[in-house]
Amino acid sequence: MADMYQLSSASLDLLFAALTADGRRILAPTDRDGRSELNPVNTPADVAKDYVQTALSAKETVFPKVEQLLSYSLSPGQVDLVDAKPKAEPTVVFGIRPCEASAFKALDAVFNWDYRDTFFNARLEQLAVIGMSCTRKDDACFCTSVGGGPGSAKGSDILLTPTASGYLAEVLTDKGRAIQALAPELFQPADSADKAAQLADLPAAFDQPALSAKLPAMFDSPLWSEQALRCVGCGACAFVCPTCVCFDIQEEADKSGGRRLRAWDSCGYHMFTLHASGHNPRDTQGARWRQRIYHKFSYYPERYATLGCVGCGKCTRACPVDMNLKEHLVEASQVKP
Amino acid sequence: MSEPNIYLPHLMRIAKITQEAPGVRTFRLEFVDDAAAQGFSFHTGQFGLYSAFGDGESTFCIASSPTRKGYIECTFREVGRVTAGLADKEVGDIVGFRGPYGNVFPIEDWKGKNLVFIAGGIALPPLRSVIWNCLDLRDWFKDITIVYGARAVADLVYKDELKEWEQRPDVNLVCTVDPGGETPEWKGRVGFVPPVVEALAPSPENSVALVCGPPIMIKLTLPVLAKLGFTPESIYTTLENRMKCGLGKCGRCNTGKSYVCKDGPVYTLAQLNQLPAEY
Repeated sequence: MADMYQLSSASLDLLFAALTADGRRILAPTDRDGRSELNPVNTPADVAKDYVQTALSAKETVFPKVEQLLSYSLSPGQVDLVDAKPKAEPTVVFGIRPCEASAFKALDAVFNWDYRDTFFNARLEQLAVIGMSCTRKDDACFCTSVGGGPGSAKGSDILLTPTASGYLAEVLTDKGRAIQALAPELFQPADSADKAAQLADLPAAFDQPALSAKLPAMFDSPLWSEQALRCVGCGACAFVCPTCVCFDIQEEADKSGGRRLRAWDSCGYHMFTLHASGHNPRDTQGARWRQRIYHKFSYYPERYATLGCVGCGKCTRACPVDMNLKEHLVEASQVKP
Repeated sequence: MSEPNIYLPHLMRIAKITQEAPGVRTFRLEFVDDAAAQGFSFHTGQFGLYSAFGDGESTFCIASSPTRKGYIECTFREVGRVTAGLADKEVGDIVGFRGPYGNVFPIEDWKGKNLVFIAGGIALPPLRSVIWNCLDLRDWFKDITIVYGARAVADLVYKDELKEWEQRPDVNLVCTVDPGGETPEWKGRVGFVPPVVEALAPSPENSVALVCGPPIMIKLTLPVLAKLGFTPESIYTTLENRMKCGLGKCGRCNTGKSYVCKDGPVYTLAQLNQLPAEY
C-alpha cells in the first residue's frame, strides 16, 4: 500500500530544485508550437499546464528513436570493433499520464524476457517516474478498457493527483522513496485523500478480456482488412505508441568505418516482413493491421501475461486518416463469435 | 551494469570461399578470438546473424554440421546490400557473427528411424547441416533418403557433396531439376520436387521427413507427404522469416505468439498448424 502525502504547489518548486541538486535531469511535458512534448525542464513553471497527453510517448527515455549498438573502424584485412555503452543519465520523467507510466512494463517484457537488453536496462535503471493523474480525458482515451485508469498508480514511482491546493502524492516504490528522501519535509501527511473525486470519469468502452479471448477465432474475419482499408501504412501509430517496441537494425558506414544503429520500426510497413526472395508473409495492409491488434491484444497476453496496449490513444490522435483504435476495438468486440 | 551487449558480433575470418552456383557462395568461418572459439558450440538447425561490416547484418542458418569442429559455414545468395557486401569479401577478410540462435532439430529423438530430406534450391543449406550431422552419426539411423531439386542444373548447390552422397551406399540421393532446367549431360531427374517425392513414395513407417525450400515447394510437398501417410508430428521444416535481432525482440519474425528466432526456426507441421499462416 502506497504512502499518501500532500504536496503544496509551492513545494513542487522545491522538489524540482532538490532533484536538480541531486544531479537528475527532469523531463516533463512542455508546450511548443501548439502541442506538448517531453523536454528537459528546470522548474514547474516550464511544465505544460493544459495537456491531456503528449503527442510522442515517454518510451524514448528508455528506447531512443535511434541508438548506436556498436561502431568499428576498417582497414585492409582488419576490423576494430568498439562496444557501445548506453549513455544513461539519472532522469526523472515528470507529469506523464498513468497510461504511459504503465507502458514501461510492456517494454520491459520484450527487452528482457529472454536475452537481457543492456541498452534498455541501463536507461530504465536510471529512470524514475513521477506520474500525474488525469483530471481530463479526450475521445481517444480508453485506459479503463485495458486495465488502467486516470488515477492508476501502475508504473509510477510517485503518482501525483492534482487537488485544489496542490497535489496528493502517492510514494509507491524504492525509487519514489529515494526522491522523497531528497526533501522529506515537502511531503506532508494527507489530511484527506479523496483522490477519486479529482479524476476524469472514463467508463470502459469494451470488455478487453472477452475480446482477447475471442481474437484467435477471429483471425480470418474480413473485419481487419475492412478496418485497414484507409490505412496508408505510414507507421505513425507505432512511433507514438508507448509500448511499440519493434525495431530495425541499420548500418551507417563508409570505407574507413561505421556504426550499427537500431531505430524504431513499424509492423505497418510492407518492408517489415518482406523476404529477400520477394515473398511477404504479411502482404496486405489488412494483414499488417491485424498483426498490430493481435500482437497487442492476443500474443502479448499469451506470451508475457501483459497487454501491449495501455489505452493512451496516442495512435488515434496521430493517425492521418483517422483510424480510431478504441472504435476499432469496440467494433471487434461486437463481432459475434 | 555489467550485462554484455547482446548485439555485439564475434569477429570471424573467412578461411575458405566456395562458389556454389551463380550468385551463391559458401563461407567457411573461423573465430579470430581463440577464447570465443573455445566457448562456442551449436546444434544443428540453429542460425546466426552474419555481418558485412560497412553494410549490415543478415540472417542465415549455420550450414555446417556441429560434428565438424573448429569452423562454421554459411551459404548465401547475393540479393541485397549485405549479401553483396559479403560477396565482395575474400579469403582472410573479417566478417561478424552473432549466434547460435533458435531451436534445434531433435536428432536424438530420431535414433532408429528412417530420415527423408527434401530440399529445394537455396534451402539445402539448413538441411545440409542436419544431413552431415546424421551421416557423422550414421549408425543412429536407418535409411537416409535425400531429394534435392533446383530450377536448373547450375543452381544446385554443394555439387561436390551431392556427388559424395550419390556414391555412398548408405544414402539414397535423388536430384531433380525443374523442366527446362536440364542440360544435355544431366543424369538426374527432370521434374518439380513434389511429384518427384510422390513418385519416390518414401515409406512413412518409422520415418521423419525434413522439408526446406521456397514457400511454394513446401506448400505443395506437405500434401504429398500427408498422402503418403506422414503425420504432422513427423514432418519438420524451418521457417525463414525476416529477422533483425535474432533475440526475440525486434518483432519482425513474430508469427502468432511465436518468435521464429526463439521458438523456431525448426517446427513440426503439427506446430505450424497451430500458428497463423504468416510465413
